[in-house]
Amino acid sequence: MFLRSLALAATLALSTALPAAACEFTTDLPIKSLSAGFEAWKAVTGAMKECDPNFEASLDQEFAQKQPEAFAADPALYQIGGVANETLIPLLNAGTIRPLDDLVAKYGQNLKENQLIRVDGQIVAVAMMVNAQHLMYRTDVLESLGIAPPTTWDEVLAAAEKIKAAGAVPYPLGATTKTGWNLAMEFVNLFLGEGGAFFDDSGAATVNSPAGLATLETMQAMTPYMDPEFLVSDSTYVQQQFQQGKIAMANLWASRAGAMDDPAESQVVGKVAMAAAPKATPDGKPATTIWWDGIVIARNIPDEEAEAAFRLAMEGLSTRMVEANNDAAVWLIEGYQPTRLSEGVIASLQGGAPAYPASTRLALMHTALGNHLSDYLTGAASAEAVLQAVTDEYTTKATEAGLL
Amino acid sequence: MKRSTFFAFVAPSLAMMLIFIAIPLVTVFWQSFNTTSTIYETVEVENCSPGFPDPVCTVETRDRPVLDANGDPVTETRFVGGAVYRELLAPDRVAAAFSAGGGGIRELLTIDFYKALRFTLTFTFVTLPLILVLGLAIAICVNNAVRSVRGPIIFVSLLPFIITPVIGALSIRWLFIGDGIMTAWLEALTGREIAMFAQGWTIEVLMLFYRVWHVAPFAFLIFYAGLQTMNQDTLESAIVDGASRWQRLRYVVIPHLMPLIVFVSLIHLMDSYRVFEEVIGFSSQAFRISLQWLTYDFLIPDQGGNRAISRASASSMLTMIGIVILLIPLLRRTWRDTRPRS
Repeated sequence: MFLRSLALAATLALSTALPAAACEFTTDLPIKSLSAGFEAWKAVTGAMKECDPNFEASLDQEFAQKQPEAFAADPALYQIGGVANETLIPLLNAGTIRPLDDLVAKYGQNLKENQLIRVDGQIVAVAMMVNAQHLMYRTDVLESLGIAPPTTWDEVLAAAEKIKAAGAVPYPLGATTKTGWNLAMEFVNLFLGEGGAFFDDSGAATVNSPAGLATLETMQAMTPYMDPEFLVSDSTYVQQQFQQGKIAMANLWASRAGAMDDPAESQVVGKVAMAAAPKATPDGKPATTIWWDGIVIARNIPDEEAEAAFRLAMEGLSTRMVEANNDAAVWLIEGYQPTRLSEGVIASLQGGAPAYPASTRLALMHTALGNHLSDYLTGAASAEAVLQAVTDEYTTKATEAGLL
Repeated sequence: MKRSTFFAFVAPSLAMMLIFIAIPLVTVFWQSFNTTSTIYETVEVENCSPGFPDPVCTVETRDRPVLDANGDPVTETRFVGGAVYRELLAPDRVAAAFSAGGGGIRELLTIDFYKALRFTLTFTFVTLPLILVLGLAIAICVNNAVRSVRGPIIFVSLLPFIITPVIGALSIRWLFIGDGIMTAWLEALTGREIAMFAQGWTIEVLMLFYRVWHVAPFAFLIFYAGLQTMNQDTLESAIVDGASRWQRLRYVVIPHLMPLIVFVSLIHLMDSYRVFEEVIGFSSQAFRISLQWLTYDFLIPDQGGNRAISRASASSMLTMIGIVILLIPLLRRTWRDTRPRS
């Protein structure tokens, strides 16, 4: 890890020393950005730095908590923000980001229609990549047991049973089921896959429904095949379980796919294949949600600064950047060459997996799910009681927030 | 001292206490009786997001905050009386749990507040005696050790106290989680599969162990200092009177240390009722939560930017009331001891 950051720092230092000939736009305005800190953001902000020596990128895992306040300040503390489906909502609600239609028309010739995030007809963000949880599996384990790659959760469970019986790996399944956000995410994926709807027309919660019960049943059915410590298992934990050959299948984030083939960390290089997320029902869509990451521009800054920030962001989201960092993400940007590792996301997208339907309501629901689902999996409460507790918490919070 | 001089000296301190303690306390108290909500309007909007190869656009109803002239969301604050406390304490769910056909204690403990209260109280009352006994034991051992080894022993036993709480909790967690060193060793020793983080009670034991390990040096330090002030003549006359080692401890040393024992208990009760680092460090949220963690959880905005300020205020008021109730017996004792004898 240290060596990698050192190498990255060296590359950055080297690239800043080079003449900025590759940049179509250069500036020396002190532009700042606040975003998450994973590989893709390092690549994008690195490319921006090449075109603006005074550019400063904050790569921060806690960005979601800082962004609303930082953008509400006048002038805003950052010109560029990195957001995803869910983290766009608070900024949109507070009205602290500016519509980008003019800037896209003027400077966004290289953008694809697919990158433009529109809300109510206005472009509010420009996406750069997509991410989704999809099936990863050990080809060697499945082939040696004669199992076809599963496409539904029933097939996943049947395959897990066979793998368990054969004792090929310590735990057939891995899952990002850490209590809280991760566990709720698993529920959301499966619930939407079951064709469930979270709210009725009046905005009241409808998770305590047949789809909700079916979802919990599937989650419960997974647990005997998983590490018994599954309630503390987050993405990094599942990634490590894969890398150390402890699990054979998992519905894991596409952004983690690269790590499977990293010879410095992984003992299973080339043995992990990517496929669409399993379906919850045989005739349904892949039970996963699509996430995008992209940039927004602050409202509370002068127009010239916004223009410079947008043009600089376009340098970050350029074909030049993608060519240098093809494997860092599943890019939406022109010039991206899909690889073996991006097959899972693309197959999920083609299968019709929905975008994560981020909204203020769903954020409340997501938290409520994260707080209560573990009670069912540990056996402390029944499925109906848990879904009722989720409904109650959502109702309380939504009433408090003024949504009901 | 003249009255005016006295007030001149304490005024800065009083002002600080007023600004940084009293005013926030009153604000939090007031907030716990009010809720602030944003005014939303429901609109039909078309959203487009990335698909493959073309974007996917969907029409959906969306709650959009109403913005004022400056472009800021309009909010409304309402006085709701005890509604927030009722939400937190859920009296009707408690009644349901204990009425005929209810699940009793088991059902009560599925309500967050009582779940947190149960753990917090257990944590406080289990660690307290362990820390007093362990601290006293180490102090007496060190006091009886040869002078030349005392320095190194004191240094080593103080180490756990120096470590930052969260770091200490994390290190113990990594020793036990998954196939951590300690778990692997225990598995080899017992010959069976062990998963320390798969059920609540094992995590709870680790958390208790961690707190005792972390705080015992503090108790030791205080008691050791107290032992240095022991009157040697009293001890020697006890020996002459034929008192055994145990009797000397019971009737001479402990009464001498009593004010210090009360002091350590007081500090420890206040600290452990606010147990928080352990929940984060051991990521025990699925199984065990504490009152302080509950407040934190209300306060942290979710990914959609929502936070429950009113419930966070109510929960911290309740935590404070809990601490005061716990401290009353000890404070009464201290007050009795310091009161001038008539």
